[in-house]
Amino acid sequence: MLALIILSLASIFIGVKDITPLDLFHLSEDKAQILLVSRLPRLISIIIAGVSMSVCGLIMQQLSRNKFVSPTTAGTLDSARLGILVSLMAFATASPFLKMLVAFVFALLGTFLFMKILERIKFRDTIFIPLVGLMFGNIISSISTFFAYKYDLIQNMSAWLQGDFSLIMKGRYELLYVSIPFLVLAYLFANKFTVAGMGEEFSKNLGLNYKQVVRIGLIIVALVTSSVVLTVGTIPFLGLIIPNIVSIYQGDHLKKSLPHTALLGAVFILFCDILGRIILYPYEISISLTVGVIGSGIFVYLLMRRRAHGV
Amino acid sequence: MVEAKHVSKLYAGKKVIDDVTVTIGKGKITSFIGPNGAGKSTLLSMISRLISKDAGHIYIDGKELGQWKSGDLAKKISILKQSNHISLRLTVRELVSFGRFPYSQGKLSKEDGRYVEEAIRYMELEEMQHKYLDQLSGGQRQRAYIAMVIAQNTEYILLDEPLNNLDMKHSVQIMKILKRLVDELGKTIVIVIHDINFASCYSDTIVALKAGKIVREGTPDEMMDPVVLREIYEMEMKIETVDNHKICIYFS
Repeated sequence: MLALIILSLASIFIGVKDITPLDLFHLSEDKAQILLVSRLPRLISIIIAGVSMSVCGLIMQQLSRNKFVSPTTAGTLDSARLGILVSLMAFATASPFLKMLVAFVFALLGTFLFMKILERIKFRDTIFIPLVGLMFGNIISSISTFFAYKYDLIQNMSAWLQGDFSLIMKGRYELLYVSIPFLVLAYLFANKFTVAGMGEEFSKNLGLNYKQVVRIGLIIVALVTSSVVLTVGTIPFLGLIIPNIVSIYQGDHLKKSLPHTALLGAVFILFCDILGRIILYPYEISISLTVGVIGSGIFVYLLMRRRAHGV
Repeated sequence: MVEAKHVSKLYAGKKVIDDVTVTIGKGKITSFIGPNGAGKSTLLSMISRLISKDAGHIYIDGKELGQWKSGDLAKKISILKQSNHISLRLTVRELVSFGRFPYSQGKLSKEDGRYVEEAIRYMELEEMQHKYLDQLSGGQRQRAYIAMVIAQNTEYILLDEPLNNLDMKHSVQIMKILKRLVDELGKTIVIVIHDINFASCYSDTIVALKAGKIVREGTPDEMMDPVVLREIYEMEMKIETVDNHKICIYFS
């Protein structure tokens, strides 16, 4: 929590234009502008996106009962992007909200499809399943690329391929707020998700409507993911590593681990964002690159650790 | 009382349960025995509504299974399957608390807390209640699952091979606990069990299945008989009486 506050403050005061905490007391017009139009929206969107993606990953891992399933490794992100492309093609001047709806529908369908594939896979090896998910995602992604080339939208597409907070400004990120009520909903469902994570038979024994809970979980994931993809872009690995790290020290009781996951997700991405902003100062490295590099390192570590502990 | 009347189950056109009628008396331990593939686990799963039946009726306290609300049934009957592959990192206490889910939907009241406390004490898990399940041995984990079922506080408890993967000491421990649950708390317990000597020593009724049908049922005294056992298992067995229990010698 403390880390989040410190990093948040740092995030506000790091940038091309120097603003020091002292300036807050006698803000000049343009500095106030920078704060309100650029820095604050950026901070808010980073936090929401970080929380959203890690919580989505957590829910997906719980529902699929696989530690390596996340929006990145289950085709959810790719499906959402395909949805955005379709909305661009079908309604050229679509409002962001409409785009998000279409992206949501696609993300939902894609994730459902993946879960259906999962049900049919007999060979339930923990590593095998996310590999299937990645392949599945790549297939969808190549469909998107094909149409994007055909209709000359490849430039637009890559904007959603790369997560980037540098373009976040007032008026361009508010769609992210859509995910907040759904994150709250996820917390309210935490107990049910945990029971569902114990499997269908276990859920039935405890009188839980398993299918309905899974459906609600996937709807939350699809909605939240598409709102993030549309405003910020793709942030890889976040939904994969954060829940796994939290699981190590908090266990998998969602009521307990969900707040921690949300917090750590925000801290981690904020840290990556600040790092990306200072490494090549005054230029920026996009967030998907920093998260990708740091995240994949942590991911490899988690894999090795898993082998060492035999779990 | 649990009654199954003319129930059948088909898998790919083959009858794995074929017109089975059985009544399970209250306040007793009933053991389902029989060779592999006899349909014991399938029957148990059908009684506990984990899998659907293709024909027949199952009544719990006189009410057909389909008439029960899922949430109410979860307070009446509980089942523990042999394949408890919970991959979640939960502590023993958290797992046992989920036994109260049918009553609390996750928000534990004081009363729920008491049941959890009691179940943990009953299974002697106090010392390890804050450990994660993956840190426990097979026997401890099995005890934790049974504690969860005790916290669920259902009248009927169905256990599918509760002794699977347990050594002798832990097997005896579990069976003694089941006996206590019946004697002290008045539970009705149905188990699927492979070791017929455990069935003989601890159950009140033994139901023998073979190829989807019930071939015999009776008290351990009636069932532990060379002729009966030959019919069930198609092998010769010797019966000895040790401390008033009939023990079957089947190793040669």
